[in-house]
Amino acid sequence: MYKFYETGFKSQTLSLKEKFQGLSFAYILFIVMLAAIGVTMLYSAANGSWRPWALNQLIRFGLGFAVMIGLAMINVRIFMRYAYVFYFIVLILLIVVEVTGHIGMGAQRWINLGFIKLKPSALMKIALVLALARYFHSSSLQSIESTRGIIIPVLMVLFPAFLVMTQPDLGTALMLLFSAGAIFFAVGVQLWKFGVVLLGAIITMPIAWHFLHDYQQNRVLTFLNPERDPLGAGYHIIQSKIALGSGGVFGKGFLKGTQSHLNFLPEKHTDFIFTMLSEEFGLIGAVAVVIINFLIIAYSFSFALKSSSYFGKLLAIGLATNYFLYVSINMAMVLGLIPVVGIPLPLISYGGTVILSVMAGFGIILSVNINRNINIGKD
Amino acid sequence: MNRDNDKGKVLINRSLILGAAQFLFLIVIIFRLYYLQVYQADKYKTLADENRISTRLLVPPRGVIYDRHQEMLATNRQNFQVMIVAEQTPNVQETLDAFKKIMPLSAEEEQKIKKDLKKNRSFVPIKIKDNLTWEEVSKIQLNAPDLPGIIIDEGLSRYYPLGEKTAHVVGYVSSVSENDVKDDPLLEVPGFKIGKAGIEKLYEKKLRGKGGNLKLEVNAYGRVMKEIERIDGIPGEKVDLSLDARLQTKAYDLFGEESGAAILLNVHTGEILAFVSIPAYDPNLLTQGLSSTEWKELNSNEKNPMVNKALAGQYSPGSTFKMVVALAALESGAITPQTRSFCAGKMFLGSHAFHCWKKEGHGYLDVVQALQHSCDIFFYETAQKLGINKISEMARRFGMGEKINIGLENEKPGLLPTTEWKRRRFGEPWQQGESLISGIGQGYILTTPIQLATMTARIANGGYEVVPTFEKFGLENKPEVKKMSLSPLHIELVKQGMFDVINVPGGTAFGSRFDFHGQKMAGKTGTTQVRRITMKERQSGIIRQEDLPWKFRNHALFVGYAPHDNPRYAVAVLVEHGRGGSSVAAPIGSKLLLEALKLDATSQPVE
Repeated sequence: MYKFYETGFKSQTLSLKEKFQGLSFAYILFIVMLAAIGVTMLYSAANGSWRPWALNQLIRFGLGFAVMIGLAMINVRIFMRYAYVFYFIVLILLIVVEVTGHIGMGAQRWINLGFIKLKPSALMKIALVLALARYFHSSSLQSIESTRGIIIPVLMVLFPAFLVMTQPDLGTALMLLFSAGAIFFAVGVQLWKFGVVLLGAIITMPIAWHFLHDYQQNRVLTFLNPERDPLGAGYHIIQSKIALGSGGVFGKGFLKGTQSHLNFLPEKHTDFIFTMLSEEFGLIGAVAVVIINFLIIAYSFSFALKSSSYFGKLLAIGLATNYFLYVSINMAMVLGLIPVVGIPLPLISYGGTVILSVMAGFGIILSVNINRNINIGKD
Repeated sequence: MNRDNDKGKVLINRSLILGAAQFLFLIVIIFRLYYLQVYQADKYKTLADENRISTRLLVPPRGVIYDRHQEMLATNRQNFQVMIVAEQTPNVQETLDAFKKIMPLSAEEEQKIKKDLKKNRSFVPIKIKDNLTWEEVSKIQLNAPDLPGIIIDEGLSRYYPLGEKTAHVVGYVSSVSENDVKDDPLLEVPGFKIGKAGIEKLYEKKLRGKGGNLKLEVNAYGRVMKEIERIDGIPGEKVDLSLDARLQTKAYDLFGEESGAAILLNVHTGEILAFVSIPAYDPNLLTQGLSSTEWKELNSNEKNPMVNKALAGQYSPGSTFKMVVALAALESGAITPQTRSFCAGKMFLGSHAFHCWKKEGHGYLDVVQALQHSCDIFFYETAQKLGINKISEMARRFGMGEKINIGLENEKPGLLPTTEWKRRRFGEPWQQGESLISGIGQGYILTTPIQLATMTARIANGGYEVVPTFEKFGLENKPEVKKMSLSPLHIELVKQGMFDVINVPGGTAFGSRFDFHGQKMAGKTGTTQVRRITMKERQSGIIRQEDLPWKFRNHALFVGYAPHDNPRYAVAVLVEHGRGGSSVAAPIGSKLLLEALKLDATSQPVE
């Protein structure tokens, strides 16, 4: 059936050189720019020192960069082939974390591999996109628009989301749900179904409220009214807004953020690094970061649209949305638009797992772009 | 096939919507950034500065209080404190234990230190002990290697070199209490002290100065990162008092174990050269803060060390009042210089007997002799002729019956009774017998030692209305003194009587006379009962003063001036329960006047 199209190409596989030439250097440049900004901010967060964060971050970015290029060199068909396998491996890791976590000392979210602490929940963000892309690649529009046809993918989402939620990691669980929701929307699930889910969520909210941990309830309450606990949970939001606002248009200058350097701003090297950046480099610096992030997302979408395979398209859209969720949730959080949920700003915040998972995502998106002309069969 | 095409189209359409939504969200982020960083930037800049800038008041050094010869009566002394900084020691307990080997700490003190350590962040120095001596400081510094985290801090604390000798004039400073008016942010500074009594309180504003401002950059934990700005305050102004530290010391020491008050005045200016109330408290201890048991002890002492007896002690003036009675009588014409009375030891008013202090009587006396011998009968008769109103009127002109308003706290007005006063106060008419005893300064009349000193100065200077003051006068700012309309002759007569008291055999204070290069003093003694002598006791023999408990003994008084020929100094002495004016009060007054003359001689070339 597809032979007609396939004959149009010399080969379904590309040589390494061809692949390398197919890399989007602009895309990579944006990524490197963000990482450089991140390292700079971490240098500032340590009051002008490479230690303890900037140097580590640089090494991790280097590692992530290698992972990205490595994945970009892989044929997109391979991703298709091993999508489910990967999904199940990560799911098992999540269960292992869950079990050992309960046996061990309370909440544990990672597996220690010695050189790196692996967070299965971060891997799940990629694995879920891969698995859903493969599932929807293989199903018909009819099946997608039927209720029965989306039961399996819904379960594929809910099971890991539930595991992550119980870790407890509400932020990551929500991200899984949101990026899955975006994929469901993209493939054409009817809007009324989203409406039903939303309605159900609102109805079950009071019940779910009781299952939230105290600190999670506090975060939500504090978001709704930061002044209710100005020295506790509300302190973060208040101090973050003060830092941002006082930065003004041009910022206070590199290493000169008073809120950051005098420790009024908490978590300045992780979740609140964007605040610190906005304090030191002002509106100009902050908007520049938003624009670079927008470019990365826009390029990812354009790669998706140029890809000839449904799988490739969906994969790029899912991973780009995943990255968008990181960026937007973090920024909205530090800007006081949503509750503090503990989502870092990828590439800029300090943290190895996030860098690796995001860079892996970029690698796969690059691969989709390199292999944009390759067709993939229905299975 | 069509469906598959549709599937692809749906994906593209929906993806475009998704992408647009994401784009919009990033636009929202940019608007939010604009709102916070441009629209609300000023508000947040202020908040950020409030976070990072901590303004501290710089306490200015308090003004020094000097005596008339630039001797310091109140000054600021370096106060060494030993403190502990928790973060600078590996183990707080070990450091404290090591410290205890050098300077013992009570369990109570140690507990307080630990409580403070817990309450504060680890870089905040916590006071262990203050007011360290030099030896203690050097001992701690010698052992510094064993005392990590121990630091020595210098501050200023108020110091009174003469201690209790000037306590009732200079007063003391102490921590701000809830009742104090908080009109100056300095009062909110922890450890700040304000004048609580005496000159320290009277000239508080002048002595305090103006606080400076120190702007510091602090981090979120309150640690000081750097100084941003320092505006120095204005140090407190100095205060020069009329007091002479040497006479003040002399006056205090003359009392020995006795309790009472003494005031020495310049009769021309009213400048107070010595002003003591005894016993006194140690202002240096009060400045450091007393424990509640120490407070109780001070306040329950039967000799009232906290009461300023010179101003707040109201006593019957006794025989020291006789000059006023004599002047009132002479001025009104009730007696003349030649009027003589016969003293038989007692007289009767109706059936009631009035006794002279001398049982066998003085015989015939005129007013000068009556003063010299302090004859009671003469003054009973004089008062009877005069009536209470004229006596009180004259006493008022000599500064009694109302406050002098010298500026120190708790000054009392004393009491000068009148017929009108009695009717108002008791609803009863004045009794003639009450006039009689008023004639010898007993009965309702109450005066304070400062009033007696004022009276004496006004007699000594020939009837000029000097007002006692702690202000020091120079040549250019001599106070204006009004002359009272009194006959100079009458004043001379009274002064003659006072001269004879001291210098003529038979005078009640003949034993206290002196002749310093021809300079002699004049004076008048007084002894007032604090208990009634009953008829029975009079018959069986009056109990000797020495056999009575202290608080039932007579008060002893003396007023005097010197030199008699050209008076410069007036003195008033009150010895509470001192038994006799001649035996106890007069010697103190005499020695104080002599000291003043001697010091005059050393400071002025002898003619």
